[in-house]
Amino acid sequence: MKSLDELRQLREKAQETIRLREQAGGIRIIVGMGTCGIAAGAREVMLAIVDELQKKNLDDVIVTQTGCAGLCEKEPLVEVLRPGEPKITYGYMTADKARAMITSHVVNGQIIGEYVVAKEDDVAE
Amino acid sequence: MRELALHILDIIQNSLRAGAKLIEVEIVEDTRLDTLMVLIRDDGSGMDEVLLERVIDPFTTTRTTRKVGLGIPLMKMAAESAAGDFTIDSRLGEGTVVKATFVHSHIDRMPLGNMADTISTVIAGNPTVDLVYRHRINDDVSGLDTRLLKAEVGEEALTVPSVIEWVKIYLKEGSSYLMEV
Repeated sequence: MKSLDELRQLREKAQETIRLREQAGGIRIIVGMGTCGIAAGAREVMLAIVDELQKKNLDDVIVTQTGCAGLCEKEPLVEVLRPGEPKITYGYMTADKARAMITSHVVNGQIIGEYVVAKEDDVAE
Repeated sequence: MRELALHILDIIQNSLRAGAKLIEVEIVEDTRLDTLMVLIRDDGSGMDEVLLERVIDPFTTTRTTRKVGLGIPLMKMAAESAAGDFTIDSRLGEGTVVKATFVHSHIDRMPLGNMADTISTVIAGNPTVDLVYRHRINDDVSGLDTRLLKAEVGEEALTVPSVIEWVKIYLKEGSSYLMEV
């Protein structure tokens, strides 16, 4: 049973994480959550990402969501923004692919080419 | 979509796109009356009567990335396949209420599915929005009010994965101590 005490303990850890984030300018992951994304499994992908980040102690990575990006047939879509690098959009994502993407791209900086459906030329701030 | 929880997630996306600051999600299951009711209320931009009349039509959408919007028609179909009803009320500048009812035991009534995943997905992706989730099954109520959650951990903590994991398990356990019953 989850308790309020446990939540209050997380509070301090979370505040520390937020401080670290502000210094480091962390990685952002954005999951497409339009009707097309949801029907294709975006909810499971989103929660797999959150779960994997937690398991790997990557609390400094920020996960957010967006609506339909117009690539409905390639959903679920996941965008990864690493500071100073072009935005990478992965398509046809699953929970397992998302976990592999965290290990390879987020942790080690290695893009998984076969999952990529779009690459932005502009460099993320 | 195979779960009502996914339709609910989809309707919540409309509220988010309408700029809602507070979204209420209520599920009432009454096995004695054999009904299941889903209600999503937001304080977003709302719709005028013209758009409200057209919104049930799949070829109506406010987005520009594609020309069809299926969220509302799909949920309406899910309700009507289970001898239920679907209504939307909206006022421009005030907000929108989407309500779907179902015959609980109807053979074609979609399972409710994983509401813990739906609610934690919304919280994780939209930490600044407030969400009140209430799930009543006969006399038992469970749920979460993110305003009470934020009072405990602060708004920014809702972007921290370990906090979202805590929320997901809290919801799965069907707890109610982070809500006003």
